[in-house]
Amino acid sequence: MENYEPKIIAFLCKWCTYAGADLAGVSRLKFSPNAIPIRVMCSGRVDPSFILDAFSKGADGVLVGGCHPGDCHYAQGNYKTLRRVKLLKALIKEMGLEEERLRLEWISASEGNKFKEVVNDMTIKLKELGPSPLKKEE
Amino acid sequence: MDSNSSSPRVGVFVCHCGSNIAGTVDVEKVAQEISKMEGVAYAGTYIYMCSDPGQKLMRETIEKEKLDRVVVAACSPTLHEKTFQINSKNAGLNPYQCEIANIREHCSWVHEDNKKATEKAIKITKSIVEKVKEDKSLTDIEVPITKKAIVIGGGVSGIQAALDIANGGYKTYLIEKDSSIGGKMAKLSETFPTLDCSQCILTPKMVEASNHPNIELMTYSEVESVSGYVGNFKVKIKKKPTSVNWDLCTGCGDCYNKCPAKVPSEFQEGLSKRAAIYIPFPQAVPNKPVIDRENCLYYQKGICKICEKVCKIGAIDFDMKEDIVEIDTGAIVVATGYREYPLENLTEYGGGKYPNVISGLKFERLLSASGPTGGQIIRPSDGKSVKDIVFVQCAGSRDIEEHKPYCSKICCMYTAKHAMLFKHKVHDGNAYVFYIDVRTAGKDYEEFYYRTTEEDHALYTRGKVSKIFEDGEKVVVWGVDTLTGKKVEIKADLAVLAMAIEPSVGIKELQQKLKISIDENGFLKEAHPKLRPVESMTSGIFFAGAAQGPKDIPESVSQAGAAASKVLSMFSSNMLHKEPLICEIDEDVCSGCGVCIALCPYKALEAEITTKEGKEVKRSKLNEALCQGCGTCSSACPSGAATMRNDETKNMFKMIEVILE
Repeated sequence: MENYEPKIIAFLCKWCTYAGADLAGVSRLKFSPNAIPIRVMCSGRVDPSFILDAFSKGADGVLVGGCHPGDCHYAQGNYKTLRRVKLLKALIKEMGLEEERLRLEWISASEGNKFKEVVNDMTIKLKELGPSPLKKEE
Repeated sequence: MDSNSSSPRVGVFVCHCGSNIAGTVDVEKVAQEISKMEGVAYAGTYIYMCSDPGQKLMRETIEKEKLDRVVVAACSPTLHEKTFQINSKNAGLNPYQCEIANIREHCSWVHEDNKKATEKAIKITKSIVEKVKEDKSLTDIEVPITKKAIVIGGGVSGIQAALDIANGGYKTYLIEKDSSIGGKMAKLSETFPTLDCSQCILTPKMVEASNHPNIELMTYSEVESVSGYVGNFKVKIKKKPTSVNWDLCTGCGDCYNKCPAKVPSEFQEGLSKRAAIYIPFPQAVPNKPVIDRENCLYYQKGICKICEKVCKIGAIDFDMKEDIVEIDTGAIVVATGYREYPLENLTEYGGGKYPNVISGLKFERLLSASGPTGGQIIRPSDGKSVKDIVFVQCAGSRDIEEHKPYCSKICCMYTAKHAMLFKHKVHDGNAYVFYIDVRTAGKDYEEFYYRTTEEDHALYTRGKVSKIFEDGEKVVVWGVDTLTGKKVEIKADLAVLAMAIEPSVGIKELQQKLKISIDENGFLKEAHPKLRPVESMTSGIFFAGAAQGPKDIPESVSQAGAAASKVLSMFSSNMLHKEPLICEIDEDVCSGCGVCIALCPYKALEAEITTKEGKEVKRSKLNEALCQGCGTCSSACPSGAATMRNDETKNMFKMIEVILE
């Protein structure tokens, strides 16, 4: 348990959060390597099944990053995501997962620092929570 | 080669990026691990994959190893996705079967632990290999272009961009929120480093824009909404009611000469008054007045109507309503410029409190021959002449704690100009300048600054001003000379603050309408700071001038030309190639529930009734030209009929699996 490193899948929208994560790189910010990014066109593309699939395959946390309200490149995709994530949080709770394991953040292309903070904070919180109860025993 | 065959041959090219990646990530180990994956026929590394030899290596390997799809593990796809896609295409592959694994921005640059960074790089690359294995061979979608452009903002950048596009032969709409074009430059007295009179070089351009057969000026107008996409935008423009019928108005001036309501003139920075019906300045283009309804006695109190009485041709129209017009356009240039950081924010300098502490732009109006004093330097408080003047540079700029963290770029030069012009007008006067650093990077700029100090004897003191306060008739400036370590006190007649500049009011709303990004300081964010400095991330939308960041006139004009050339190169073909990474409806699976239709922000999906095996069935039909590929439909489709090309749900599951294994 001491060496437990949470596995985070990060779905990042191409226009805002992915670019924000790029900016974190360009700015050479340093943060925890636990989140593996997957680029999606819009946070609205994040099908609830992606999130549930990630948890069922042993993800300790899932981060969804989208544009700030009003800034979505596709007008309203992020609002759809907001609603979906709310429902999903309730659903994963039923599955025995803590709702903190699923996190939705609005991170713009200029918020490299916020991306860093979110990944670090999520890693710390997941370490406190311990491994996902859905994780298969190895 | 059948690139959709069931047994893919993937080639993985891992870039060292010099030491940018290889300094943190063990690239050889990445290649080694990836080579073990099923379907990977080749995995190798090279020091600079984007360089000519790197690209050649890729092409040769594709041929030699009979690869049918490619992953490049390198920098962000924002930077070189296109480069590598074109290279794969040149090697005979389908460009949409070339994918980028971002192991630089998202990995080597943000982690220090080599082992962990290498592990992460392997996972990222593996996930992209899984993606590319499922990628289908796709062809671009061709869409027609509306060869008309809109330029938002009628300052020097907007005027230049509009002229360049119009001279290329295309209809251009120049949108300006004020009643006249000209922007900030129209307010300036002389311009560094040549001391050309600003009006002399700008007003001919204003007239040229106004008379150009391909330019339609839309002043006193604002962008209401924007829809559509590159090549085919629909922009709604709100034409604010001028209350004057400009088709009839001759610009004689009887109305504003007789109008009894007087308010501070925006153009003269409050140094003089204007009427409620007014043209902002005598050289305005168009030279037609508008009624400022907030200050008009008729609109406010229901009395007066003097303008209507004196207008012999009956051009006054108190009932004029705002009008919304819709324009089809292929490209948009945003040139909304800047404003001065409000003087009131600098309370430590008594900004907004003391009449003899003024902003740089206000001083321009005092210097200008077309200003309220005819170019005479006087104190705004009592009209007395000025002998001792203090210029404070970096007023609000380069101040991380209190104000703006960035350098406003133009102030060093215009302060040198102010001090020089002051000395030209007041020979026995003393011009003191406080500075942190003097930045004069620009052609002939350093020489200009030397003239100010050596020939015109402006007295430069290195140090920040701590406080400005009134003492009798004088303003007292406290500062420190950091070169001698001594405190400095100057009793001056006038203090001029070289205010920080910030984006114009309304940039946030406009940015949201256009779906483009702004940076942490509110300036427009370009697609790439070095390689794509005039483009937004949204194709078809370009930037010109200080809306993108502080800029002087030569830079603004250059950028306007660059933006125009981007528009012209786009208009030089008849069809646009659009990425085919959009939605696809599986007709056999679609049940016609219509969930996707309600969700689509582009109205790209509609219900269709077709006949299937003799029965009428309902299903969703996609309009390829309208779909932008956001994927919202796909995430909501209960039957899985709506999928995203090369971003299908099953691809995603495989990517997730390989990351978590």
